[in-house]
Amino acid sequence: MKDMIELILLSDIPPFSLNLISDVNEMLSLDFMRYAFVAGTMVAIVSGLVGYFIVLRNLVFATEALGHVTFTGALAAAVLGLDPLIGLFGATTLVALLLGVLGTQVQENDVVVGTVLAWVLGGGALFLSIYTTQSSGANGTFGVKYLFGSLFGLQAQQAQQVAIIGLALIVALLVIARPLLFASLDPDVAMARGLPVRGLSLVFLVLVALSLAEAVPAVGSLLNSALLITPAAIAQRLVTRPMVALVLSALLALTFTWVSLTIGFYASYPVSFVISTLAFVTYVWVVTWQRLRASFAPRLLNTAHLTNV
Amino acid sequence: MPTSDVQFSWNLVFDVQQLFTYHFMQNAFLAGMLIALIAGSVGYFMVLRSQSFAGHTMAQVGFAGASGALLFGGSPVVGLLVSCIAAALGIGLLGGRSSQTSWVHGIAIGTIQTFSMGLGILFLQLSHSYTENVYAILFGAVLGISDQDVQLVVLTTFVTLAGLIVIARPLLFASIDPDVADARGVPVRLLDYAFLILLAFAVAQSVQVVGVLLIFGLLVTPSAIAQQVTCRPGIAVGLSIFLALFFTWVGLAVAYFTPYPVGFFITGLAFGTYILVRLFRVGRTMFVRRRWFQRQRVFG
Repeated sequence: MKDMIELILLSDIPPFSLNLISDVNEMLSLDFMRYAFVAGTMVAIVSGLVGYFIVLRNLVFATEALGHVTFTGALAAAVLGLDPLIGLFGATTLVALLLGVLGTQVQENDVVVGTVLAWVLGGGALFLSIYTTQSSGANGTFGVKYLFGSLFGLQAQQAQQVAIIGLALIVALLVIARPLLFASLDPDVAMARGLPVRGLSLVFLVLVALSLAEAVPAVGSLLNSALLITPAAIAQRLVTRPMVALVLSALLALTFTWVSLTIGFYASYPVSFVISTLAFVTYVWVVTWQRLRASFAPRLLNTAHLTNV
Repeated sequence: MPTSDVQFSWNLVFDVQQLFTYHFMQNAFLAGMLIALIAGSVGYFMVLRSQSFAGHTMAQVGFAGASGALLFGGSPVVGLLVSCIAAALGIGLLGGRSSQTSWVHGIAIGTIQTFSMGLGILFLQLSHSYTENVYAILFGAVLGISDQDVQLVVLTTFVTLAGLIVIARPLLFASIDPDVADARGVPVRLLDYAFLILLAFAVAQSVQVVGVLLIFGLLVTPSAIAQQVTCRPGIAVGLSIFLALFFTWVGLAVAYFTPYPVGFFITGLAFGTYILVRLFRVGRTMFVRRRWFQRQRVFG
């Protein structure tokens, strides 16, 4: 599959020109690029929105861990002869709930997430070895497909799936956005006001799990957290107003994805690599810029909130 | 694992003899022992400092380093070490002082991790060595441990242990109460960096045996168990080394007689023990509480 697409890329694609409109036309005239854009857009928006709350609630490690669970889940389903999608969504949701139940205090969180993650990775190794001995070579790249995903390799049906699940996730997140924001910023007061804080945190963990699983066919298990964390972190650094930061985070994720798809199309680099690099460079740039500003104008601006590292 | 010609029997002495017939298994046991020694001791501090996330990231950064080394024709272990040390510096620079509550630190680590994963994927694609190498780096390849690898592990073990012993006391102080340590003149920031670099060494040396993804299991779980059982640092370090060693050797032995990978048995054993210990603690707390209530009724 991958080789086939690389062949297409090598033979048919015109070089990048400075006429951007014709470039976009060029890209969108190809089926697999349209699917990639549809799926990429959906994944980016979901990731940006969910990611904002992940950063706010300090769930970065849990998110990375759940990202790896998708791999074990997909392989487990494949070994048991089920649809890999069931494994993806099922296993990730289950582990999200397990994390929610096991690690309630922030202080214990780090160890609990780490221990569960190590176990899940061991399970991944097991299922991988069973799977590769079961299937004789024909599907040998199955594991790699789920580890790395492929935006350019999506079929129409997969893109449609991603879009539908993505829409549902966006709606769900917007429904709980306000109480979730309250519960994230001040859980004690929120609880006193009668909000179901524990319930909300479990629901949110499940949302994280689902958005990670949704992204796997497109960006793979190892990098499905890239779009969740970095754009949101940048947005949080730039703006303090929650709703603005929420929108900015989604916009950043979208920009990274679109630019990366274009670069990946014309330069044939792996899209997930370009996404993570763009996001990382932007993050480093923003941090450096803020530090410089804070150190050059300490008395002019009240920049204490920028330097509390 | 060579499963065709080895059979598990109830004659344990014979089993152990079988286990050591192959040279690579002797190497695996030796390297496993050294790795457990390092993972147990460095892992203790990692769990104490709540830096499991950093440890996990080191392992993933190592993936990028090893695949980069494969691409440029260098030694994977050197690539691992260089990339892990770079990541340690990056985490320190971007994330500032490590602390459990600072989300800045977590984000810095997460960002570096995803970036390094992207790099790893790029390197692998460029080097056209997809499947086999990916799996070997991610999940380890016990079969392929040569004498040279063992020598390298011995060397890095000594370096890491010596480093850890030198900074152990101030590191313990700085980990338990960074503010007071800072006030007493302990170089807390410097220790942050030093520890991350030790963590990098611990990860880099163990990739051959257990793989990038699973070294993490040896770092985190035995130490987490030890810290559930005891509060005293010396005993906890000893226990966590013992547990890491036990899990590794049993994992290697069991995997030898079954067609399944070592990493699964090591992490499975460790996680099972962790769950048991936690359940035991919950049960004991409930028991103690009931005893207390009963005594209240009798004497009060």
